[in-house]
Amino acid sequence: MSILVVLEQQAGQWHRMSWETLAAAQQLGDSVEAAVIGKGIGTLASEAATKKLAKVWSVEHDLLDSYTADGYTAALEQLIRKTQPKVVLFPHTYQVRDFAPKLATRFSQVLVSDVIAVHGDAGTLTLVRQLFQGKLNGDVRVSGAGPVFASMQAGAWRADTLESGSAAVETFTPTLEAGQIRQKPEAPFREAARAVDLTAAEIIVSVGRGIGEQSNLPVIEDLAQAFGAELAASRPICDSGWLPMERQVGSSGQTVAPKLYVAVGISGAIQHLVGMKGAKTIVAINKDANAPIFEVADYGIVGDLFEVAPALAAEVRKAKGA
Amino acid sequence: MRDSPLHLAASGKWIDDAELSFEINEPDAYALEEALQLKEKHGGEVVVLCAGPERAAQTIREALAKGADRAIHIETEALSSLDTLGVAKLLAAAVTPEKPDLILTGLQSDDLGAGQTGVVMAELLGVPHSTIIMQVEVRDANIRVKRELENGWFQQIEMPLPAVLAMQSGSNKLRYATLMGIKKAKTKEIRRVTPEELGGTAAAVATIDKVYLPQKSKQTQIFEGDAKTAAAQLVEKLKFEARVI
Repeated sequence: MSILVVLEQQAGQWHRMSWETLAAAQQLGDSVEAAVIGKGIGTLASEAATKKLAKVWSVEHDLLDSYTADGYTAALEQLIRKTQPKVVLFPHTYQVRDFAPKLATRFSQVLVSDVIAVHGDAGTLTLVRQLFQGKLNGDVRVSGAGPVFASMQAGAWRADTLESGSAAVETFTPTLEAGQIRQKPEAPFREAARAVDLTAAEIIVSVGRGIGEQSNLPVIEDLAQAFGAELAASRPICDSGWLPMERQVGSSGQTVAPKLYVAVGISGAIQHLVGMKGAKTIVAINKDANAPIFEVADYGIVGDLFEVAPALAAEVRKAKGA
Repeated sequence: MRDSPLHLAASGKWIDDAELSFEINEPDAYALEEALQLKEKHGGEVVVLCAGPERAAQTIREALAKGADRAIHIETEALSSLDTLGVAKLLAAAVTPEKPDLILTGLQSDDLGAGQTGVVMAELLGVPHSTIIMQVEVRDANIRVKRELENGWFQQIEMPLPAVLAMQSGSNKLRYATLMGIKKAKTKEIRRVTPEELGGTAAAVATIDKVYLPQKSKQTQIFEGDAKTAAAQLVEKLKFEARVI
Protein backbone atom coordinates (compact mmCIF):
# COMPACT_ATOMS: atom_id res chain seq x y z
CA MET A 1 0.00 0.00 0.00
CA SER A 2 1.45 3.38 -0.98
CA ILE A 3 1.44 6.02 1.74
CA LEU A 4 2.47 9.66 1.65
CA VAL A 5 3.41 11.17 5.01
CA VAL A 6 3.33 14.96 5.27
CA LEU A 7 6.03 15.96 7.75
CA GLU A 8 5.78 19.24 9.63
CA GLN A 9 8.54 21.77 10.14
CA GLN A 10 8.55 25.38 11.16
CA ALA A 11 11.51 27.71 10.63
CA GLY A 12 13.76 24.69 10.07
CA GLN A 13 12.67 22.84 13.24
CA TRP A 14 10.85 19.53 12.99
CA HIS A 15 7.57 19.03 14.78
CA ARG A 16 8.33 15.90 16.84
CA MET A 17 4.96 14.36 15.91
CA SER A 18 6.22 14.11 12.32
CA TRP A 19 8.31 11.11 13.35
CA GLU A 20 5.45 9.43 15.21
CA THR A 21 3.36 9.69 12.05
CA LEU A 22 6.21 8.26 10.00
CA ALA A 23 6.39 5.33 12.43
CA ALA A 24 2.65 4.73 11.93
CA ALA A 25 3.15 4.74 8.15
CA GLN A 26 6.07 2.29 8.31
CA GLN A 27 3.91 -0.13 10.28
CA LEU A 28 1.05 0.23 7.82
CA GLY A 29 2.51 0.39 4.32
CA ASP A 30 5.18 -1.21 2.21
CA SER A 31 5.84 1.88 0.11
CA VAL A 32 6.11 5.01 2.23
CA GLU A 33 7.06 8.39 0.81
CA ALA A 34 7.45 11.55 2.88
CA ALA A 35 6.99 15.21 1.97
CA VAL A 36 8.72 18.20 3.54
CA ILE A 37 7.28 21.60 2.67
CA GLY A 38 8.92 25.01 2.75
CA LYS A 39 11.72 27.10 1.34
CA GLY A 40 15.39 26.17 1.69
CA ILE A 41 14.59 22.84 3.31
CA GLY A 42 17.37 20.75 1.76
CA THR A 43 18.90 19.86 5.13
CA LEU A 44 15.56 18.75 6.51
CA ALA A 45 14.84 16.63 3.43
CA SER A 46 18.27 14.96 3.75
CA GLU A 47 17.57 14.23 7.40
CA ALA A 48 14.21 12.65 6.56
CA ALA A 49 15.99 10.55 3.91
CA THR A 50 17.91 8.69 6.66
CA LYS A 51 14.65 6.88 7.54
CA LYS A 52 13.36 3.78 5.79
CA LEU A 53 11.39 5.44 2.99
CA ALA A 54 10.79 4.89 -0.72
CA LYS A 55 11.36 8.58 -1.42
CA VAL A 56 11.46 12.03 0.19
CA TRP A 57 9.75 14.87 -1.64
CA SER A 58 11.23 18.26 -0.98
CA VAL A 59 8.28 20.52 -1.81
CA GLU A 60 9.97 23.88 -2.29
CA HIS A 61 8.68 27.31 -3.28
CA ASP A 62 9.33 30.91 -2.20
CA LEU A 63 5.63 31.19 -1.39
CA LEU A 64 5.87 28.26 1.04
CA ASP A 65 8.39 30.03 3.30
CA SER A 66 5.72 30.74 5.93
CA TYR A 67 2.80 28.39 6.45
CA THR A 68 -0.52 29.40 4.89
CA ALA A 69 -3.57 27.18 4.47
CA ASP A 70 -3.94 28.27 0.83
CA GLY A 71 -0.27 27.70 -0.05
CA TYR A 72 0.05 24.31 1.62
CA THR A 73 -3.25 23.06 0.19
CA ALA A 74 -2.35 24.04 -3.38
CA ALA A 75 1.16 22.56 -3.16
CA LEU A 76 0.06 19.26 -1.64
CA GLU A 77 -2.89 18.91 -4.01
CA GLN A 78 -0.42 19.00 -6.93
CA LEU A 79 1.96 16.52 -5.28
CA ILE A 80 -0.85 14.06 -4.48
CA ARG A 81 -2.28 14.25 -8.01
CA LYS A 82 1.20 13.47 -9.33
CA THR A 83 2.13 10.64 -6.94
CA GLN A 84 -1.36 9.10 -6.41
CA PRO A 85 -0.84 7.57 -2.95
CA LYS A 86 -3.57 5.34 -1.49
CA VAL A 87 -3.23 6.93 1.94
CA VAL A 88 -2.02 10.38 3.05
CA LEU A 89 -1.02 10.69 6.71
CA PHE A 90 -0.40 13.83 8.78
CA PRO A 91 0.56 14.46 12.40
CA HIS A 92 -2.57 15.84 14.14
CA THR A 93 -1.10 19.28 14.85
CA TYR A 94 -2.78 22.69 15.01
CA GLN A 95 -1.34 23.43 11.57
CA VAL A 96 -2.68 20.23 10.03
CA ARG A 97 -6.12 20.96 11.47
CA ASP A 98 -5.96 24.29 9.65
CA PHE A 99 -5.37 22.98 6.11
CA ALA A 100 -5.83 19.19 5.83
CA PRO A 101 -9.68 19.27 5.83
CA LYS A 102 -9.49 21.75 2.92
CA LEU A 103 -7.05 19.50 1.06
CA ALA A 104 -9.25 16.43 1.56
CA THR A 105 -12.26 18.36 0.22
CA ARG A 106 -10.38 18.92 -3.06
CA PHE A 107 -10.46 15.13 -3.51
CA SER A 108 -14.12 14.84 -2.35
CA GLN A 109 -12.75 13.12 0.73
CA VAL A 110 -13.04 13.66 4.47
CA LEU A 111 -10.01 13.89 6.75
CA VAL A 112 -10.24 11.31 9.52
CA SER A 113 -8.68 13.29 12.35
CA ASP A 114 -7.06 12.41 15.66
CA VAL A 115 -6.52 8.74 14.75
CA ILE A 116 -5.12 6.46 17.49
CA ALA A 117 -4.93 3.10 15.66
CA VAL A 118 -5.28 1.63 12.17
CA HIS A 119 -6.38 -1.89 11.20
CA GLY A 120 -6.64 -3.71 7.88
CA ASP A 121 -5.19 -2.95 4.48
CA ALA A 122 -5.94 -0.40 1.74
CA GLY A 123 -9.18 -2.08 0.67
CA THR A 124 -10.70 -2.33 4.12
CA LEU A 125 -8.84 0.24 6.17
CA THR A 126 -10.38 0.89 9.59
CA LEU A 127 -9.23 4.03 11.41
CA VAL A 128 -9.86 4.27 15.15
CA ARG A 129 -10.48 7.75 16.55
CA GLN A 130 -11.71 9.19 19.80
CA LEU A 131 -15.18 10.66 20.23
CA PHE A 132 -16.83 12.67 23.00
CA GLN A 133 -13.52 14.12 24.26
CA GLY A 134 -11.96 10.67 24.52
CA LYS A 135 -14.79 8.98 26.41
CA LEU A 136 -15.47 6.62 23.49
CA ASN A 137 -13.59 5.22 20.52
CA GLY A 138 -15.08 4.92 17.05
CA ASP A 139 -14.09 2.72 14.10
CA VAL A 140 -14.22 4.77 10.91
CA ARG A 141 -14.25 3.37 7.39
CA VAL A 142 -13.51 5.51 4.35
CA SER A 143 -14.86 4.84 0.85
CA GLY A 144 -14.72 6.97 -2.28
CA ALA A 145 -12.27 7.30 -5.13
CA GLY A 146 -9.65 9.60 -3.66
CA PRO A 147 -6.91 8.69 -1.22
CA VAL A 148 -7.67 8.16 2.47
CA PHE A 149 -6.65 11.24 4.47
CA ALA A 150 -5.90 10.78 8.18
CA SER A 151 -4.15 12.73 10.94
CA MET A 152 -2.47 10.82 13.75
CA GLN A 153 -2.82 11.71 17.43
CA ALA A 154 0.19 12.74 19.54
CA GLY A 155 1.70 9.80 21.41
CA ALA A 156 -0.33 7.11 19.62
CA TRP A 157 2.79 5.82 17.83
CA ARG A 158 6.33 5.81 19.12
CA ALA A 159 9.02 7.64 17.18
CA ASP A 160 11.71 5.34 18.61
CA THR A 161 10.31 2.44 16.57
CA LEU A 162 11.27 4.25 13.33
CA GLU A 163 13.37 2.16 10.97
CA SER A 164 16.43 3.75 9.37
CA GLY A 165 17.28 3.61 5.71
CA SER A 166 18.58 5.64 2.83
CA ALA A 167 16.01 7.29 0.57
CA ALA A 168 16.36 9.41 -2.53
CA VAL A 169 15.36 13.07 -2.25
CA GLU A 170 13.43 14.56 -5.14
CA THR A 171 12.52 18.22 -5.40
CA PHE A 172 8.94 19.05 -6.33
CA THR A 173 8.25 22.64 -7.34
CA PRO A 174 4.51 23.34 -7.26
CA THR A 175 2.94 25.96 -9.48
CA LEU A 176 1.93 28.76 -7.12
CA GLU A 177 1.10 32.42 -7.59
CA ALA A 178 1.10 35.05 -4.86
CA GLY A 179 -2.51 35.97 -5.73
CA GLN A 180 -3.89 32.58 -4.78
CA ILE A 181 -2.58 32.81 -1.20
CA ARG A 182 -5.11 34.95 0.61
CA GLN A 183 -3.83 34.62 4.18
CA LYS A 184 -1.02 37.05 5.08
CA PRO A 185 0.68 35.66 8.19
CA GLU A 186 2.82 37.76 10.55
CA ALA A 187 5.68 36.45 12.71
CA PRO A 188 4.65 34.17 15.60
CA PHE A 189 4.89 35.72 19.08
CA ARG A 190 4.48 34.81 22.74
CA GLU A 191 2.49 36.77 25.27
CA ALA A 192 4.23 38.14 28.36
CA ALA A 193 6.95 35.93 29.80
CA ARG A 194 5.67 33.24 32.11
CA ALA A 195 6.09 33.91 35.82
CA VAL A 196 5.24 30.33 36.71
CA ASP A 197 7.38 27.53 35.32
CA LEU A 198 5.33 24.40 35.84
CA THR A 199 7.92 22.32 33.98
CA ALA A 200 10.24 22.59 36.98
CA ALA A 201 7.64 21.45 39.53
CA GLU A 202 8.14 18.08 41.26
CA ILE A 203 4.52 17.77 42.30
CA ILE A 204 1.54 19.34 40.54
CA VAL A 205 -2.05 19.44 41.73
CA SER A 206 -4.25 20.27 38.77
CA VAL A 207 -7.89 21.26 38.74
CA GLY A 208 -10.53 20.96 36.03
CA ARG A 209 -14.13 21.71 35.23
CA GLY A 210 -15.32 19.46 38.07
CA ILE A 211 -14.59 22.27 40.53
CA GLY A 212 -17.81 23.91 39.37
CA GLU A 213 -17.11 27.51 40.30
CA GLN A 214 -14.24 29.81 41.18
CA SER A 215 -15.31 30.13 44.81
CA ASN A 216 -14.58 26.41 45.28
CA LEU A 217 -10.90 26.77 44.36
CA PRO A 218 -9.62 27.01 47.99
CA VAL A 219 -10.36 23.25 48.34
CA ILE A 220 -7.75 22.57 45.65
CA GLU A 221 -5.34 25.26 46.83
CA ASP A 222 -5.33 23.60 50.23
CA LEU A 223 -4.64 20.19 48.68
CA ALA A 224 -1.74 21.68 46.68
CA GLN A 225 -0.38 23.22 49.86
CA ALA A 226 -0.59 19.87 51.69
CA PHE A 227 1.43 18.21 48.92
CA GLY A 228 3.84 21.15 48.63
CA ALA A 229 2.74 21.25 44.99
CA GLU A 230 2.38 23.83 42.25
CA LEU A 231 -1.23 24.54 41.33
CA ALA A 232 -2.19 23.96 37.68
CA ALA A 233 -5.41 23.68 35.69
CA SER A 234 -7.01 22.39 32.53
CA ARG A 235 -8.02 24.80 29.83
CA PRO A 236 -11.64 25.59 30.83
CA ILE A 237 -10.47 26.88 34.22
CA CYS A 238 -7.99 29.31 32.64
CA ASP A 239 -10.48 30.25 29.90
CA SER A 240 -12.93 31.27 32.62
CA GLY A 241 -10.23 33.42 34.19
CA TRP A 242 -10.34 31.48 37.47
CA LEU A 243 -6.59 30.85 37.26
CA PRO A 244 -4.03 32.64 35.07
CA MET A 245 -3.23 31.18 31.64
CA GLU A 246 0.33 30.46 32.74
CA ARG A 247 -0.99 27.70 35.00
CA GLN A 248 -2.58 25.83 32.11
CA VAL A 249 -1.37 22.32 31.29
CA GLY A 250 -2.08 20.88 27.84
CA SER A 251 -1.45 21.32 24.15
CA SER A 252 -2.11 25.06 24.27
CA GLY A 253 -0.42 25.48 27.67
CA GLN A 254 2.61 23.88 29.27
CA THR A 255 3.86 20.32 28.89
CA VAL A 256 4.90 18.94 32.26
CA ALA A 257 6.54 15.77 33.57
CA PRO A 258 6.57 15.99 37.39
CA LYS A 259 7.12 12.99 39.63
CA LEU A 260 3.53 13.29 40.87
CA TYR A 261 0.54 14.77 39.04
CA VAL A 262 -2.77 14.89 40.88
CA ALA A 263 -5.69 15.58 38.52
CA VAL A 264 -8.80 16.71 40.39
CA GLY A 265 -12.10 17.04 38.52
CA ILE A 266 -10.33 16.76 35.16
CA SER A 267 -12.04 14.43 32.70
CA GLY A 268 -8.90 14.12 30.57
CA ALA A 269 -9.57 15.47 27.08
CA ILE A 270 -6.67 14.62 24.80
CA GLN A 271 -5.57 18.28 24.72
CA HIS A 272 -4.94 17.98 28.44
CA LEU A 273 -3.47 14.47 28.40
CA VAL A 274 -0.73 15.34 25.90
CA GLY A 275 0.48 17.95 28.37
CA MET A 276 0.84 15.68 31.40
CA LYS A 277 0.96 12.00 30.49
CA GLY A 278 4.74 12.04 30.85
CA ALA A 279 4.35 12.43 34.64
CA LYS A 280 5.96 9.60 36.62
CA THR A 281 2.94 8.95 38.82
CA ILE A 282 -0.56 10.14 38.00
CA VAL A 283 -3.46 10.31 40.45
CA ALA A 284 -6.99 10.99 39.22
CA ILE A 285 -9.95 12.07 41.32
CA ASN A 286 -13.17 12.20 39.34
CA LYS A 287 -16.84 11.39 39.84
CA ASP A 288 -17.11 9.64 36.44
CA ALA A 289 -15.47 6.19 36.49
CA ASN A 290 -15.35 6.26 32.67
CA ALA A 291 -13.51 9.59 32.46
CA PRO A 292 -10.52 9.23 30.12
CA ILE A 293 -8.18 10.58 32.82
CA PHE A 294 -8.35 7.11 34.41
CA GLU A 295 -6.79 5.76 31.18
CA VAL A 296 -3.48 7.32 32.11
CA ALA A 297 -3.79 7.28 35.91
CA ASP A 298 -1.75 4.97 38.15
CA TYR A 299 -4.07 5.56 41.11
CA GLY A 300 -7.64 6.73 41.14
CA ILE A 301 -10.49 7.63 43.44
CA VAL A 302 -13.96 7.70 41.93
CA GLY A 303 -15.94 10.13 44.00
CA ASP A 304 -17.03 13.65 44.85
CA LEU A 305 -13.96 15.87 44.83
CA PHE A 306 -15.45 18.07 47.54
CA GLU A 307 -15.26 15.08 49.90
CA VAL A 308 -12.11 13.46 48.55
CA ALA A 309 -9.84 16.53 48.23
CA PRO A 310 -10.13 17.66 51.90
CA ALA A 311 -9.79 14.04 53.12
CA LEU A 312 -6.70 13.61 50.95
CA ALA A 313 -5.17 16.89 52.18
CA ALA A 314 -5.64 15.70 55.77
CA GLU A 315 -4.08 12.28 55.05
CA VAL A 316 -1.11 13.82 53.22
CA ARG A 317 -0.45 16.15 56.17
CA LYS A 318 -0.69 13.20 58.54
CA ALA A 319 1.76 11.14 56.44
CA LYS A 320 4.22 14.01 56.28
CA GLY A 321 3.90 14.53 60.02
CA ALA A 322 2.86 18.12 59.53
CA MET B 1 -24.34 16.82 27.32
CA ARG B 2 -20.71 17.57 28.03
CA ASP B 3 -20.65 16.16 31.56
CA SER B 4 -23.32 13.49 31.19
CA PRO B 5 -22.45 9.82 31.53
CA LEU B 6 -22.71 8.20 28.10
CA HIS B 7 -24.32 4.89 27.16
CA LEU B 8 -23.93 3.06 23.88
CA ALA B 9 -26.94 2.65 21.62
CA ALA B 10 -28.17 -0.87 20.84
CA SER B 11 -26.89 -0.46 17.25
CA GLY B 12 -23.36 -0.03 18.58
CA LYS B 13 -22.90 2.80 16.08
CA TRP B 14 -23.68 5.81 18.28
CA ILE B 15 -24.68 6.70 21.81
CA ASP B 16 -28.16 6.39 23.26
CA ASP B 17 -29.21 10.04 23.38
CA ALA B 18 -32.78 9.60 24.63
CA GLU B 19 -31.86 10.46 28.22
CA LEU B 20 -29.45 13.29 27.45
CA SER B 21 -30.03 16.98 27.76
CA PHE B 22 -28.70 19.05 24.86
CA GLU B 23 -27.06 22.43 24.79
CA ILE B 24 -25.18 24.67 22.41
CA ASN B 25 -21.81 23.23 21.48
CA GLU B 26 -19.27 25.10 23.62
CA PRO B 27 -16.94 26.46 20.90
CA ASP B 28 -20.02 27.50 18.91
CA ALA B 29 -21.14 29.60 21.89
CA TYR B 30 -17.85 31.50 21.60
CA ALA B 31 -18.37 31.96 17.86
CA LEU B 32 -21.81 33.45 18.56
CA GLU B 33 -20.36 35.75 21.23
CA GLU B 34 -17.73 37.04 18.80
CA ALA B 35 -20.43 37.69 16.19
CA LEU B 36 -22.54 39.64 18.69
CA GLN B 37 -19.54 41.73 19.75
CA LEU B 38 -18.60 42.48 16.13
CA LYS B 39 -22.17 43.62 15.52
CA GLU B 40 -22.02 45.90 18.55
CA LYS B 41 -18.82 47.49 17.19
CA HIS B 42 -19.53 47.61 13.47
CA GLY B 43 -23.28 47.21 13.05
CA GLY B 44 -24.83 44.69 10.69
CA GLU B 45 -26.84 41.58 11.29
CA VAL B 46 -26.12 38.28 13.03
CA VAL B 47 -27.77 35.26 11.41
CA VAL B 48 -27.64 31.93 13.21
CA LEU B 49 -27.37 28.81 11.05
CA CYS B 50 -27.91 25.35 12.52
CA ALA B 51 -28.37 21.90 11.00
CA GLY B 52 -30.05 19.41 13.27
CA PRO B 53 -33.25 17.70 14.37
CA GLU B 54 -36.37 19.46 15.60
CA ARG B 55 -34.99 19.72 19.16
CA ALA B 56 -32.20 22.03 17.87
CA ALA B 57 -34.86 24.76 17.70
CA GLN B 58 -34.39 25.23 21.44
CA THR B 59 -30.69 25.99 20.98
CA ILE B 60 -31.52 28.36 18.13
CA ARG B 61 -34.01 30.24 20.37
CA GLU B 62 -31.27 30.58 22.96
CA ALA B 63 -28.95 32.14 20.39
CA LEU B 64 -31.71 34.55 19.35
CA ALA B 65 -32.33 35.41 23.01
CA LYS B 66 -28.67 36.31 23.38
CA GLY B 67 -29.01 38.81 20.54
CA ALA B 68 -28.83 37.15 17.13
CA ASP B 69 -31.24 38.78 14.68
CA ARG B 70 -32.68 35.78 12.87
CA ALA B 71 -32.00 32.12 12.21
CA ILE B 72 -31.96 29.43 9.56
CA HIS B 73 -32.65 25.89 10.72
CA ILE B 74 -31.72 23.08 8.33
CA GLU B 75 -34.12 20.58 9.78
CA THR B 76 -33.05 16.96 9.44
CA GLU B 77 -33.28 13.91 11.66
CA ALA B 78 -30.60 12.20 9.56
CA LEU B 79 -27.62 14.39 10.42
CA SER B 80 -25.70 11.49 11.93
CA SER B 81 -25.79 9.62 8.60
CA LEU B 82 -23.78 12.44 7.02
CA ASP B 83 -20.04 12.98 7.26
CA THR B 84 -18.25 16.31 7.63
CA LEU B 85 -18.35 16.94 3.91
CA GLY B 86 -22.08 16.21 3.76
CA VAL B 87 -22.87 18.57 6.65
CA ALA B 88 -20.59 21.28 5.28
CA LYS B 89 -22.30 21.03 1.85
CA LEU B 90 -25.71 21.65 3.43
CA LEU B 91 -24.40 24.57 5.49
CA ALA B 92 -22.59 26.09 2.49
CA ALA B 93 -25.72 25.81 0.36
CA ALA B 94 -27.71 27.66 3.03
CA VAL B 95 -25.01 30.34 3.40
CA THR B 96 -24.59 31.15 -0.30
CA PRO B 97 -27.79 33.22 -0.85
CA GLU B 98 -27.13 35.12 2.41
CA LYS B 99 -23.82 36.53 1.08
CA PRO B 100 -22.40 37.17 4.56
CA ASP B 101 -19.21 39.19 5.11
CA LEU B 102 -17.98 36.82 7.77
CA ILE B 103 -18.83 33.24 8.74
CA LEU B 104 -17.93 32.14 12.26
CA THR B 105 -17.94 28.55 13.46
CA GLY B 106 -16.79 26.88 16.65
CA LEU B 107 -13.45 25.15 16.41
CA GLN B 108 -14.88 21.69 16.94
CA SER B 109 -17.90 19.82 18.22
CA ASP B 110 -18.06 18.26 21.66
CA ASP B 111 -19.29 14.93 20.24
CA LEU B 112 -17.35 14.06 17.06
CA GLY B 113 -14.60 16.59 17.64
CA ALA B 114 -13.51 16.43 14.00
CA GLY B 115 -12.89 20.18 13.94
CA GLN B 116 -13.34 20.52 10.20
CA THR B 117 -16.74 21.94 9.33
CA GLY B 118 -15.58 25.56 9.04
CA VAL B 119 -12.52 24.72 6.96
CA VAL B 120 -14.49 22.53 4.56
CA MET B 121 -17.21 25.19 4.24
CA ALA B 122 -14.59 27.77 3.31
CA GLU B 123 -13.28 25.50 0.56
CA LEU B 124 -16.80 24.84 -0.76
CA LEU B 125 -17.63 28.57 -0.71
CA GLY B 126 -14.27 29.52 -2.26
CA VAL B 127 -13.35 31.93 0.53
CA PRO B 128 -10.25 32.12 2.78
CA HIS B 129 -10.29 30.81 6.33
CA SER B 130 -8.29 30.52 9.49
CA THR B 131 -8.76 28.38 12.58
CA ILE B 132 -8.20 28.42 16.37
CA ILE B 133 -8.97 32.15 16.43
CA MET B 134 -8.81 34.17 19.67
CA GLN B 135 -9.46 37.73 18.40
CA VAL B 136 -10.99 39.36 15.34
CA GLU B 137 -10.25 42.88 14.16
CA VAL B 138 -12.12 44.28 11.16
CA ARG B 139 -10.08 46.52 8.84
CA ASP B 140 -12.30 47.74 5.97
CA ALA B 141 -12.46 44.88 3.48
CA ASN B 142 -9.98 42.79 5.47
CA ILE B 143 -9.82 41.11 8.84
CA ARG B 144 -6.79 40.66 11.06
CA VAL B 145 -7.12 37.71 13.41
CA LYS B 146 -5.10 36.31 16.31
CA ARG B 147 -4.53 32.63 15.73
CA GLU B 148 -3.40 30.28 18.49
CA LEU B 149 -0.37 28.13 17.71
CA GLU B 150 0.96 25.34 19.91
CA ASN B 151 2.87 25.71 23.19
CA GLY B 152 1.70 29.21 24.04
CA TRP B 153 2.56 30.85 20.70
CA PHE B 154 0.25 33.08 18.68
CA GLN B 155 0.23 34.68 15.26
CA GLN B 156 -1.65 37.50 13.55
CA ILE B 157 -3.03 36.76 10.10
CA GLU B 158 -4.70 39.17 7.72
CA MET B 159 -7.10 38.08 4.98
CA PRO B 160 -9.80 39.57 2.78
CA LEU B 161 -13.52 39.29 3.46
CA PRO B 162 -15.67 37.30 3.06
CA ALA B 163 -13.93 34.65 5.14
CA VAL B 164 -14.60 31.74 7.50
CA LEU B 165 -13.11 31.70 11.01
CA ALA B 166 -13.17 28.75 13.40
CA MET B 167 -13.25 30.26 16.90
CA GLN B 168 -11.39 28.85 19.88
CA SER B 169 -13.15 28.45 23.23
CA GLY B 170 -12.26 31.05 25.82
CA SER B 171 -11.76 33.80 23.24
CA ASN B 172 -14.40 35.96 24.94
CA LYS B 173 -16.54 36.03 28.04
CA LEU B 174 -19.91 34.50 27.19
CA ARG B 175 -23.05 36.53 27.81
CA TYR B 176 -26.29 35.24 29.24
CA ALA B 177 -29.66 35.85 27.66
CA THR B 178 -31.62 38.59 29.44
CA LEU B 179 -35.31 38.32 30.21
CA MET B 180 -35.92 41.00 27.60
CA GLY B 181 -33.81 39.01 25.14
CA ILE B 182 -35.82 35.85 25.76
CA LYS B 183 -39.05 37.76 25.20
CA LYS B 184 -37.79 39.36 22.00
CA ALA B 185 -36.53 36.02 20.66
CA LYS B 186 -40.09 34.76 20.42
CA THR B 187 -40.81 37.25 17.65
CA LYS B 188 -37.62 36.67 15.67
CA GLU B 189 -37.63 34.73 12.42
CA ILE B 190 -36.50 31.09 12.26
CA ARG B 191 -36.59 29.98 8.65
CA ARG B 192 -36.79 26.20 8.29
CA VAL B 193 -35.30 24.54 5.25
CA THR B 194 -34.99 20.88 4.35
CA PRO B 195 -31.85 19.21 2.95
CA GLU B 196 -33.85 18.63 -0.27
CA GLU B 197 -34.37 22.38 -0.70
CA LEU B 198 -30.59 22.77 -0.41
CA GLY B 199 -29.85 20.30 -3.17
CA GLY B 200 -30.10 17.08 -1.20
CA THR B 201 -27.53 15.16 0.78
CA ALA B 202 -24.46 13.37 -0.51
CA ALA B 203 -23.64 9.81 0.53
CA ALA B 204 -21.03 9.74 3.28
CA VAL B 205 -17.46 8.77 2.35
CA ALA B 206 -16.46 8.37 6.00
CA THR B 207 -18.77 6.25 8.15
CA ILE B 208 -18.60 5.15 11.77
CA ASP B 209 -18.91 1.37 11.93
CA LYS B 210 -18.84 0.99 15.66
CA VAL B 211 -18.38 2.97 18.88
CA TYR B 212 -17.09 1.42 22.10
CA LEU B 213 -15.38 2.13 25.40
CA PRO B 214 -11.61 2.46 25.01
CA GLN B 215 -9.51 -0.40 26.33
CA LYS B 216 -7.34 0.66 29.18
CA SER B 217 -3.66 0.74 28.35
CA LYS B 218 -2.57 1.23 31.94
CA GLN B 219 -3.53 -0.72 35.07
CA THR B 220 -5.12 1.83 37.38
CA GLN B 221 -5.51 1.04 41.09
CA ILE B 222 -8.86 2.42 42.18
CA PHE B 223 -9.48 2.99 45.87
CA GLU B 224 -12.98 2.36 47.11
CA GLY B 225 -14.93 3.21 50.20
CA ASP B 226 -15.68 6.53 51.84
CA ALA B 227 -13.48 9.54 51.08
CA LYS B 228 -11.35 9.19 54.22
CA THR B 229 -10.62 5.47 53.72
CA ALA B 230 -9.85 5.90 50.02
CA ALA B 231 -7.62 8.91 50.71
CA ALA B 232 -5.70 7.00 53.39
CA GLN B 233 -5.13 4.05 51.04
CA LEU B 234 -3.96 6.39 48.28
CA VAL B 235 -1.48 8.19 50.54
CA GLU B 236 -0.11 4.84 51.71
CA LYS B 237 0.59 3.86 48.08
CA LEU B 238 2.07 7.27 47.20
CA LYS B 239 4.40 7.00 50.15
CA PHE B 240 5.49 3.35 50.06
CA GLU B 241 4.83 2.12 46.49
CA ALA B 242 5.32 5.14 44.21
CA ARG B 243 7.56 6.88 46.78
CA VAL B 244 6.62 10.34 45.57
CA ILE B 245 5.73 11.99 48.89
